[in-house]
Amino acid sequence: MEISIFEAVGPIMVGPSSSHTAGAARLGRMAAKLVGQPFTHVDFGLHGSFAKTYRGHGTDLALVAGVLGMYQDDENLSKSFEIAKERGITYHFYETEISGAHENTVCMSFLMQDGNTREIIGSSIGGGQIKICSIDGFPLDMSLNMTTLLVINKDTKGIIYQITRTLAANDINIATMKLTRQEKGATACCVIETDSEIADCVLRELSEIPAVQTVKLIN
Amino acid sequence: MYHNLKELLQQAEDHEVFLSEIVLQNEIEQFGTTKEIIYQKLEERYNVMEKAAVRALGERLETAGNLISGIAMQQNVYTEKGETLCGGFMNTAMAMALSGSEVNAAMGRICAAPTAGACGIVPAVLISIERAKKCSKQAMMNAILTSSGIGTIMMKNATIAGAEGGCQAECGVAAAMAAAAGVELCGGTPAQAVWAASLALVNCMGLVCDPIAGLVQVPCAQRNASQTVNALTCIDLAMAGMTLPVTPDEVVESMYKVGRMLPPQLRETAQGGLAATQSAQEIQKKIFS
Repeated sequence: MEISIFEAVGPIMVGPSSSHTAGAARLGRMAAKLVGQPFTHVDFGLHGSFAKTYRGHGTDLALVAGVLGMYQDDENLSKSFEIAKERGITYHFYETEISGAHENTVCMSFLMQDGNTREIIGSSIGGGQIKICSIDGFPLDMSLNMTTLLVINKDTKGIIYQITRTLAANDINIATMKLTRQEKGATACCVIETDSEIADCVLRELSEIPAVQTVKLIN
Repeated sequence: MYHNLKELLQQAEDHEVFLSEIVLQNEIEQFGTTKEIIYQKLEERYNVMEKAAVRALGERLETAGNLISGIAMQQNVYTEKGETLCGGFMNTAMAMALSGSEVNAAMGRICAAPTAGACGIVPAVLISIERAKKCSKQAMMNAILTSSGIGTIMMKNATIAGAEGGCQAECGVAAAMAAAAGVELCGGTPAQAVWAASLALVNCMGLVCDPIAGLVQVPCAQRNASQTVNALTCIDLAMAGMTLPVTPDEVVESMYKVGRMLPPQLRETAQGGLAATQSAQEIQKKIFS
């Protein structure tokens, strides 16, 4: 695999650590994008090295900044606690152990405005790169470096064909695809990475497939 | 496409161009991007680097535990008095490296090169030469290209992670990247650039990663200053014609192997070296309790 020069000189970020600060901000931001709707409170369960060193590396500030939508190079990142207060969003940190998880892993539980809870687990795997490991208990493996589609659907015959046919008809090439399900016939989850961007009309088409429950696009 | 220093150098010599041109063409070919986009990204990086290199020279920044707050300004004040041993050039370079480290520790904006912990070195070396030799903006962009090309080879054939290779893989690689780019800015040959990078690695081979309390402050900031000096001296050594009786790629391989031989305590775990001292333990308790 060829390495881009911008991985050797980059990323542009606020310090002090690409994994503990930049990666943490990206994890928070992507988690907030994945839950999509407005939320009022976030619990951050810190595992491994995140639990041991989060104060010294600003991991806590970075996670909160991330869920507020701030990028890893935003100089206001260190003021994220104040900004959260202004926006009426509360947060809590606790140390936890997640078996088999990467050293830098966080479990983020979002309390949504509608009273529901959403849970996202993700790891910061070095150099600012991240991995989303689970959404609401679904085991996943998303790096979110490419255009990524997350489809939650009922596990029925032909559903994958319907999804891929819709993408093909819109001239979208699939780079990678991963499927998981709770159990046979229950809720299933499909993560698709594509080579090109996906227009809103394609998302609408996908969400109109009867067995599809939700469609989420992360650019 | 090149896989190691030998191939990068060979291609530059075959086409009679600097290393930066080969690095640029490779990036265009491998990632389907354009020269314009690449130069735009390089300029963004240069601007962030320059700001971080001067920001803490005139202002003391708060860092976790304040282990290195004010060190860049202190070095700058000393330099401006004009009574230094190593001269204004070397002392200003060290002050800029310290500034980069202090900005990073204070959660300011930096450009990782190749890592956040080593972010002070490449800017300090390149900006020092830019001022001394009055280099053009274009030359500076090319210098960042050369340094990043050297960096990607280290990522492919060795490591830039302190947890894997110790400080030699972070600050050492940064010095190697800066040294090669510095030779290009000084009008040296591609071969001299590759030797300068190799010499920089040789001069810090085995350097351990032992951050006090696991924070990216001490001895990271001090090593940003000393590896800046390492890079600058290697540029002069290579420009004078110094080579080694081993190949540049053997140096990279050795650095990687030495890194793997280091016990885990000396690879960013804060369990050995300075981090294991009684003073460091007390600092750690104070900050994290």
